[in-house]
Formats: sequence, C-alpha cells, structure tokens
Amino acid sequence: MKRIAFAIAIVLVAAFIGAGTAGKSFAADSAPTAEVNIDNFSFAPATIKVKAGTTVTWTNRDDIPHTVVANDKSFKSKVLDTNDKFSFTPTKPGTYPYFCSIHPKMTGTLVVE
Amino acid sequence: MPQRDHDEILFDHNHDGIDRRGFLKCMAWAGTGALCIMSGGVMQSYSLGAPSAAQQAKGELAFVQISDSHMGFNKPANPDVVATLKIAVDKINALPVAPEFMLHTGDISHLSKPEEFDNVDQILKSAKPSTVFFVPGEHDVLEENGATYRARYAKNGQGDGWYSFDKKGVHFIGLVNVMNLKPGGLGTLGKDQLEWLEDDVKHLSASTPIIVFAHIPLWTVYPEWGWGTDDSARALSYLKRFGSVSVLNGHIHQTMLKVEGNVTFHTACSTAFPQPKPGSAPSPGPMKVPAEQLRSVLGITDVSYVVKKHALAVTDSSLE
Repeated sequence: MKRIAFAIAIVLVAAFIGAGTAGKSFAADSAPTAEVNIDNFSFAPATIKVKAGTTVTWTNRDDIPHTVVANDKSFKSKVLDTNDKFSFTPTKPGTYPYFCSIHPKMTGTLVVE
Repeated sequence: MPQRDHDEILFDHNHDGIDRRGFLKCMAWAGTGALCIMSGGVMQSYSLGAPSAAQQAKGELAFVQISDSHMGFNKPANPDVVATLKIAVDKINALPVAPEFMLHTGDISHLSKPEEFDNVDQILKSAKPSTVFFVPGEHDVLEENGATYRARYAKNGQGDGWYSFDKKGVHFIGLVNVMNLKPGGLGTLGKDQLEWLEDDVKHLSASTPIIVFAHIPLWTVYPEWGWGTDDSARALSYLKRFGSVSVLNGHIHQTMLKVEGNVTFHTACSTAFPQPKPGSAPSPGPMKVPAEQLRSVLGITDVSYVVKKHALAVTDSSLE
C-alpha cells in the first residue's frame, strides 16, 4: 500500500512540474530552447533567431550524415548520423552563418539577440 | 589525335558495337557495370551485358574503377552494402579482360570508421587485381582531417593524400577534392594541390595519355547539389596541352559521360545505392528503388587502354 501511495505522489509531482513548465512559472529552471531540423540536405528553418542563452538543437533527419559548423568555427558538431543531435548554447549576440562541412552547399544562419 | 568539335557526338567509327543509342542504353541500364575502352585518347563505354564488345576490348592496359561503397550505410535504399560490394568484386573477377589494378574513387566508408575501412579492405582482397589506388570521398575524411584515411590509403601521398603514378606509358593522377570545403561552395582542390599538379605534369610530353581520378566530379554536373569542383578549371588548364585526358569520378552514384575538347569526363556508379538524376528529387539523398531493381542501378567501370588501335567513340551525355 505504502509503495502505491509513493508512486501516486511521484505522478502528482510530475504532473505539477509539467503544468508549471507549460505555464512558464518555472522560468528559472527551464532554459529556453530552439530546434533546427536537417532534412533533404537543408537546415530548417534556414535562419533561426534566438536570445542569448538559448540552447539550439540540430537533429539530422536525413539518411546521410551531416555536420553543423559555424563559418567562424565558433561552434562545430561531430558528424551527425541519422537522428543524431547537436546542441549549442550561444552567449554572445551576433549573426553566425554556418554550414555542413560535408555538403557545403547546405548553409544556415543562427542569429543571437 | 582526331579533331573533335565541342559537344559533337561521334560514334562507332571503329565498328566495335557501340553507337549513341547503345551508349544511352548502357547509361539507362548502368547495372552490372560499364566497360570503357581508352583508345586513341577517347573513352568508349560498353555495357557489360554485351559480351562481344567486352571481348573486343583488349588493350595494353586494363583496369577497373569502383566507387562509393559507403561501407556502414544500412538504410532502406540498401540495407546490405557488404553484399553489393561482394557482387561488384564477383563482376570484376568475371571480366573477360583481367584488370591489372583497381581505382576506388572514394566514399569507401560511410562514416570514416576504422571497421568500415577494414570491411572494404577485406572484401577487396578477394578481387583478382591485388592493387587498389584510392582517393578519398567526403565520407572518408569525417574525423581528424582525414588522418585515418591518409594513414591507410595515402601514406606516400602529398598534402591531403594526392599522388601520381605511371602504368605502361599512361600517367595516372589521384586528386583530393573533399577537404577544406568552403561554406556554399563545391569540391575544392586548393592552392597546394594545384601547384603540385602543375609541377607533376610539367615534364611530360603532350602525347602522354593522362587519367585523372578524384571523388567529386571535376566538371560541373549540378552545382545546386554540390556536384562539381570550384577550382577544377585551373587543374584542367594544366592538362590542356595533352592530347588525351580522361577524368574518372564518383560521388553522384550514376554514370555520366561528357566530352569537352581533349577531355573525357566519366562518372561511375556506386556499389551501394543510387542517387537521383540532377534536380529530379528534392535532395541528392539515397534513391530508394524496389529491392529487385537495386542491382540494376549499381555498378563498376572497367577501363582498357588501347594505344595502337585508333578507335573513336565519343559520346556526349546530356544531363537529362
């Protein structure tokens, strides 16, 4: 009995945290995030604007490996095979063009405000 | 050296079984391989399905090109790239003219992993030609600026692994155009390699047949997909004075042939998976075909150089 009660408590706490995140009342705990998809040899969105401190995550949805490399080399992923992810949290505002170093025709821009 | 006009299509001057229609059929078929004869400075392509043509293809020098084995790739376009590479080796071993060596024009591996290279090396050991000359594809130099590739395949190469060698009077040049790629750009040879190339061919007589092999095409096939090399024009300028230049590439996983002046460009099929025709799909990603058709879109390229026989078969392939 005791174990079940404990389990229910956990579920309730989890639900509370979930609701809190959705309601933005846990701003201090949940860092802002942004997503970029790599699909069909392109970055989507091609230009992404985020606030400094936002964690940007690229996910490779292609059957072919890609990379995410800033033109100024300020960030650089390892090789991302299918469904691999790369995250980067920019701190300095600026415009960061980047590309796939394997398929350099693939380019994107990260704008940090 | 016969005179040819730009983009002019000449065919079957030697009555050896290939005409333009035959070649296009060969391209469409592109399946178990294409047999190419270097002759009088011009490359001829045959379907390996035409044994009479293949048997005529006796030259002083025969070699075979394979490309894009992508060892480690396991997606639906071809879940078993080991099996298809083995089939390619079987085809090589069954060629009527035994090739003296092999050229691998890159993307040996899919992710530059040592075990992927090991696997290819192991499979190629069962091929009759024991020597393989490699150039890297972009998939072979994913880590540490291609250190693994260089240590394995280009120990004696210059710079990023380029080199040249001579076989029976033919000068072979293996180039690297997959390193230090620039944002928004195509394949790149780079200043150091271009200078080396200029020097490498400086002392050769203009009658020396030249065969250049590199991964990414040295002519602009389709820049929107990165199918070309930014500074290839400069490389080709050093080869202008030669009567016979053949360029063998991979990367685009389909056969194409183009003649421009004294230069014949040819791309080989992959042994792993096909890619779409330029612009025919949203991206150059692997083209999925029904399993029973897969082998028909993969292949090898056999090349035989005939010095004395002045045959001529030039085929210009459009980017259709």
